[in-house]
Order: sequence, then C-alpha cells, then structure tokens
Amino acid sequence: MTELWDGLVQALHLIVTFDDEVVDIAWRSLRVSAASTVLAALICIPLGGLISFRSFRGKRLLINVIQTFYSVPTVCVGLFVFLMLSRAGPLGGLGLLFTPSAMVVGQALLITPIMLGLTISALSSVDKNIRDTTLSLGASERQAIWAIIKEARFAISAAIVLGFGRAISEVGVAMMVGGNIRGFTQILTTAIADEANQGNVELALALGVILLAIALVVTLGVNLVQQRR
Amino acid sequence: MTRKPLYCLVTVLVLAALVIGAIGCSSETSGGVLKPEGRLRVATTTSLYDTGLWGYLEPKFEKQYDVELDVLSGGTGLALEWGRRGDVDVLTVHSKADELKFIADGYAAERVWFACNYFLIVGPEDDPAGIKGMSPEEAFKTLYDGGEGKFVSRGDNSGTHSKEKAIWKAAGYADYAALTEAGIAAGWYLEAGRGMGDTLVMARELGAYTLTDIGTFLAFQSDLQLVPIVESGSILLNVYSVLVCAKSTKQEMANNLVTFLTSPEVQDLIADYGVADYGQSPFTSCAGQDEPTS
Repeated sequence: MTELWDGLVQALHLIVTFDDEVVDIAWRSLRVSAASTVLAALICIPLGGLISFRSFRGKRLLINVIQTFYSVPTVCVGLFVFLMLSRAGPLGGLGLLFTPSAMVVGQALLITPIMLGLTISALSSVDKNIRDTTLSLGASERQAIWAIIKEARFAISAAIVLGFGRAISEVGVAMMVGGNIRGFTQILTTAIADEANQGNVELALALGVILLAIALVVTLGVNLVQQRR
Repeated sequence: MTRKPLYCLVTVLVLAALVIGAIGCSSETSGGVLKPEGRLRVATTTSLYDTGLWGYLEPKFEKQYDVELDVLSGGTGLALEWGRRGDVDVLTVHSKADELKFIADGYAAERVWFACNYFLIVGPEDDPAGIKGMSPEEAFKTLYDGGEGKFVSRGDNSGTHSKEKAIWKAAGYADYAALTEAGIAAGWYLEAGRGMGDTLVMARELGAYTLTDIGTFLAFQSDLQLVPIVESGSILLNVYSVLVCAKSTKQEMANNLVTFLTSPEVQDLIADYGVADYGQSPFTSCAGQDEPTS
C-alpha cells in the first residue's frame, strides 16, 4: 500500500513543480489524442449523419459491423497500422512509422467506430418530425442533416468525449506505431508501461494520476460548454 | 437551418486539426531536424534500455554528431524484425546465432561487439530445487527432473530467451518445443512473453527461478526478493553487438554510432556505468578486443 501512497505524493510533487519531462509527455499525450479525436470527429459526424438520414439496403448490417468494432483490441489496430506504415508496407514511403503522426492516425482509426456508432444512435433518437418539417420547408438533405445534428449535439459531444477517453487511455497503438521514443513519441500511457518495466512503480503511478487529471479537466471543460448553451 | 453554421463548424474543426497537427510537427523537432528522415533510429534489446545505459549515452551521441537519436526498446527478436523491414537504422542486440543469420540473409554486413556481461539464474532465497552452486546445465537438468521449483521463461524470442534455449540444448534437451510443452502441462515451466523486468517480477511473485542478464537484475534487485542461484559457467557469457542495417538510408550516420560505441571514451563510460547506483557496473567493455568467448 505504501507504493500507492508514494505514487500519489510523487504525482502531486511532479504536478506542482512542473517537472519538464512530465509536462512534455503529458502535453504530447493531450495533443496526439486531441488531434486523433478531431480527425475522427471530422469523419464520424458527417458520415454518421448520412448513414442515419438515408435508408439503404444493409444499413442494419453496417451498424452491426460498426458496433462490433467497438471492441477491436488496441494492439490489433496497432499491428494493422504498423504493417501499413512500415517501410516494407504499402504506405512505407511516407516515412510515418515511429512518429507522432502515425499515433494520431492509429488512434483515430481506433476510436472511429465507437464515435460513428454513437453518433448514429444519437441522431436516430432525434424526433422524426424535425426531419420531416425541415424537408417540407424545402431544406436540402445537407441542411436537414445539419438540423438533426444540432438537435443531438449533447449526445454527439458525449460521443466525442468517449472517443477522446479511449484515445488518451490506450497503449497498444501508441506503443506499436509510436515506439515510445523518449522526447518524440513517448506519451503518458507508454511512459507508464515503460517506467513500470524499469521498476519505477511510484513514477508510473504518478503518471497515471496525471492522465486522470487531464481527463478530468477535459470532461469539466466539455460540461461547462454544454451548460452554457 | 441556414447553411452558415455548417460551414462555420467544419472550418473550425479543420482549423483545429491543422493547428494541432502543426504544433505536433514543429515542437517535436526542437532538436533542429525537421523531418523524421533526419533522425537516426536504433532498436535495442531491453536490457541496454532498462538499465538506463541508452538514456545515458543518447544525449552524448546527439551532442557529438548533432543528430536526433531515437531509441526504440524491444526484445532482440523484435529489434531484428524492425531491421529486416527497414524501419530502423541500427541494432544493439545480444544473440549471436540470430545476428549471424541476420548477416547471412544480407540484412547487415557485420556485427561489432562493444559490451559484455553475463547471465545468471536467479530464484527464491530458500532454493526449493536445491540447485545453488551447480553448473547452469546441471541446474536446468535438476529443474526438469526434480519437479521442485518453477521456472519462468521470457518466451519472447529475445536474446535472453535464445540463451535459455542454448542452455537447454547443452543440458541434453535438444527438442525445446517438446520440453516447453511438457513443462507447461506439468505446471513447472511458465512462459512470460514479456520483457526482462516483467519476467523478474513474475518470478518473484511466483517464487520461481528465471534466467536474467546481470544488468537488468542489478537494476531491479532492490525490488526483488530473488537472489543469484547459479552465476558461473562459460555458457552464461552475454555479448552485446551493434549492427548497421543494410536497408538503412543513413549509412554514414549509422556508422558514426558504431564508431561512437567502440571509441575508447565511450568504452570507458560503459565500463564505469552504474557503479554508483548498483555497486558494480552491469557491463564490461570489450570493443577492439578478440570476440569474448566462453
């Protein structure tokens, strides 16, 4: 139990003293996960709008497939992106493997299904009357989708927060395509795994506390924005 | 209902993505090199990383040659795979047979040894199998026959794992696959599939024996209730070598790293490394000498 207590004390110490390396790692974690969340949102919100708005053959099957990928293991996504970006792989020429960009791509791929699925269910729960009214008032499909998205904005922002949460807490993708390079691709989760491997249990715990602190700030921020509206 | 908000939202999101992406690209390269192409990547076996040796040498190399050095830590098996795929430039590994195959397959021209130490079998202090002081081969035989005492294997194709297989072979068990299958079924042989540090912790928790390099063991010793059980025997020698990958596009800088590691100054640093922390250095320098043999 002393280890847990020491970890907590050390976390407070690292936060209060603004330890350079820890701030660097935490900032990189936040940036990579924020970028991947934005990237995934750019894909998921319009695509989710289209899927939910249109009716087509195989729609139910498609949604089932998307929901299945909620449980895709992070290491599988990591392995897939690794094989794609490796020099010996199809996208090897980009030279992206073991860079922060590769981690952004990997994490975005990881959280796209969950954000897409939740966006679709958020939009499906919007009152059908809104859709019909906008269409009868002469709105184009795009305008109607936009109206529905606005109605469901709280549920969609919940999907974004969940996506961010999965991105910042995952370690499989970041480790396999980032490589945990100190000062370049090391983020909080890979640093935790690394420090624990090297026997620095207190520091590993401290980094975990810092990760939770970041999540707390982000969640509070999103809630604040929601309450204002 | 108007079209304006949609465009506003998209614009904001795109801008946010660009800004975040741009920050991600620029501030990561404060070392002066703008593209990932300008970085030298070395894949290392976990022991050279977990003991802190690479963390100690990295800034010195970067300063001397004005380059960003990326150190990637993985077992020897993973490091060699990265090398075969062309994803890293240099390897620092410790498994002679695997290295020779890597060279024979044309993935590197030569291996240059720059440090050595030794492996040891560690286990619980009360030594349930009674193997203390035996030769490594006898100790493994006793573990196999005796039924007292568990053994945790790295099980990850690392250099340490290769050494373990070599010891089993020397002890007379040529069929390693059959041995592990029987051992796992009988419950005394466990495959960790993890790095050395994790494997040591697992051995501690299970009260088991394991084969470890002295470096990682020294770095972890304070947290472990494991003691050296078998530490002499010519088969326990551990040689670290550096290989420049043939697929690397940065041959010149990669060769600089070999020159750096084998230079007299760095050889002294390696030999003195860790004395203050562990009471003895986990590594012995050996560059330029005949290959250390058992």
